[in-house]
Amino acid sequence: MARILMKGNEAIAEAAIRAGAEGYFCYPITPQSEVAEYLTKRMPEVGGVFLQGESEVAVGNMLFGAASTGKRVFTTSSSPGISLMQEAISYMAGAHLPAVLVNIMRGGPGLGGILPAQSDYFQAVKGGGHGDYRLLVLAPSTVQEAVDLMGLAFDLADKYLNPVMMIGDGMIGQMMEAVEFPEGDVKQNRVNPEDRAWAATGAKGRKPVIIKSLFLDPHQLEDNSWLLDKKYEQMKKEEVRFEHYKVSPKNKLLIVSYGTMARICQTVIDDLESEGVSVGLFRPITLFPFPEKEVLREAKKKNIKTVLTVEMSTAQMVEDVQRAVLGVKPIEFFGRTGGIVPTPEEVRDEVLKLIRPKKKRSTSGRKGK
Amino acid sequence: MTISSTTLFSRPESMQETVTHYCPGCTHGIIHRLVAEALDELGVRDRTVGVAPVGCSVLAYNYFNCDFMEAPHGRAPALATGFKRLRPDMMVFTYQGDGDLASIGMGEIVHAANRGEKFTTIFVNNAIYGMTGGQMAPTTLPMQVSTTCPMGRDVALTGHPIRMAELLSSLVTPSYIERVAVHTPRHIINAKRAIRKAFQYQAEGRCYGMVEVLSTCPTNWGKTPEESNKWLDEQMTAYYPIKCFKDPAREESK
Ligand SMILES: Cc1ncc(C[n+]2csc(CCOP(=O)(O)OP(=O)(O)O)c2C)c(N)n1
Ligand code: SF4
Repeated sequence: MARILMKGNEAIAEAAIRAGAEGYFCYPITPQSEVAEYLTKRMPEVGGVFLQGESEVAVGNMLFGAASTGKRVFTTSSSPGISLMQEAISYMAGAHLPAVLVNIMRGGPGLGGILPAQSDYFQAVKGGGHGDYRLLVLAPSTVQEAVDLMGLAFDLADKYLNPVMMIGDGMIGQMMEAVEFPEGDVKQNRVNPEDRAWAATGAKGRKPVIIKSLFLDPHQLEDNSWLLDKKYEQMKKEEVRFEHYKVSPKNKLLIVSYGTMARICQTVIDDLESEGVSVGLFRPITLFPFPEKEVLREAKKKNIKTVLTVEMSTAQMVEDVQRAVLGVKPIEFFGRTGGIVPTPEEVRDEVLKLIRPKKKRSTSGRKGK
Repeated sequence: MTISSTTLFSRPESMQETVTHYCPGCTHGIIHRLVAEALDELGVRDRTVGVAPVGCSVLAYNYFNCDFMEAPHGRAPALATGFKRLRPDMMVFTYQGDGDLASIGMGEIVHAANRGEKFTTIFVNNAIYGMTGGQMAPTTLPMQVSTTCPMGRDVALTGHPIRMAELLSSLVTPSYIERVAVHTPRHIINAKRAIRKAFQYQAEGRCYGMVEVLSTCPTNWGKTPEESNKWLDEQMTAYYPIKCFKDPAREESK
């Protein structure tokens, strides 16, 4: 298929259809409402289901019910809406159901703002809802990558029977870029619910299927929690994804950054390269599982003086970087939040301050505006 | 001499062969049976999925012999909506208590009914939160005693009990809404007819259906089963009239 110019939100919507999604449930919220506006027309065209619910609480649970059919289903929302879906997410994780959720993040907490932010990192990777569970979390940095990861998200949800969340910020949702979709009939990736023993397809000639997260016997509940944990351990072994940009033995500093923030860091790295300053970027693509060993491996390299985490939040991912780096190198943080996207100049100044310290720096390690 | 026998009474196929956990005298069990009989009679058991609530009937999936989902508190109508939209060929029902449906799940039930979702709700109104030990529900009667209104429900502080059948039947969207009770054989027979009708309408893809069933909770009402039936008959039916509020057949013949 030819490359076409598309807005991020619409590209995500189309990618889901091509990944075989047959059900989409939504509630409007900026900056992702274009997904719904696109799908209200497109879903019926491909024989899929589009429904605008009365709240994100309901939408999360519609997704739960729809996932129980065994078909591929998804929802999209933004920060406050995702908070309201945490109930259903916890239940779906507990009941081992596959579903895809997209969070096009905006500034928070509370009603916050409508501009891009990365401040839902903790919520996405550390649980969000109640109970011992995790989501597999993917973070694209371009519209094309959002398209590609959307397909992967459905595959991983099916592989692990666990909700998968793709998090992008408002930039990914709102910007237009040329994208290419996988070739083929949109229906080719649809799954057959009859092949899925766990799906509720009607108890014809078999015992009833019960989809639940209730285990009143504590031993059974503990077993379920360990069963979930086993999946997360398997994800840590098999699903770690990341990208390097200009990582080399000459690097004096390693930036760790994800999503669109990582793209801005690439510009910074290019500019610095032309000035003869060598900086590399480590970009996690899976935020859970976090590429711990891989970050550590890069941080350990001889020339690296500092690891700098750059985020559009007040220091969230940096905690995972600190865990990964195990104190072998100093870790610094730079961030802006509230919907402010750091400029390349700001990041560049920060990098240069760390590489060529003029005066003794404070040891707080947290920098932002 | 040959003895011929005719089976007059047996377990519906749509019920599991197991003992329920309900308290003695509780009418949840009767309502389960009526639902199972209706599924059997319509021959839809093997294409039905039930949605269990949070409440005393949280374990309903252990008693029915069909596929089941376990919903978060109050959200059964949202699960049913999501499921039915993707599988319109299957039969879907929610089984919900009054705390589940009229309190935490008020939004989900009103909107599902208003969208005209083609599933069936069995609404078990026992005017109290049974499972959590007898707290006040939105359906608790004025001056009725519960653990969170030990002096009796004061409507000046907590509002008046919500009549769900009346509320849902005020929606413009066509639906089948009927209130029944299960405290006497006569009422049980009538309740069965209503439940069957609601499923029938769903099978025909006609409309959303809710059957509100007045039910007893001897344990948390602090009454014997017999006193409970009497209290239901005298007190509950006075506030919650037994009646068919909305029926598509009636609307169509107008
Ligand atoms: C989110 C949430 N809030 C509260 C509860 C606790 N809870 C369990 S059952 C119940 C009341 C159910 O009462 P009702 O729906 O009237 O059903 P009954 O037990 O009377 O049949 C409550 C409040 C819960 N499980 N989840
Ligand atoms: S507590 Fe009440 S509603 Fe629950 S099983 Fe016992 S009698 Fe029935």
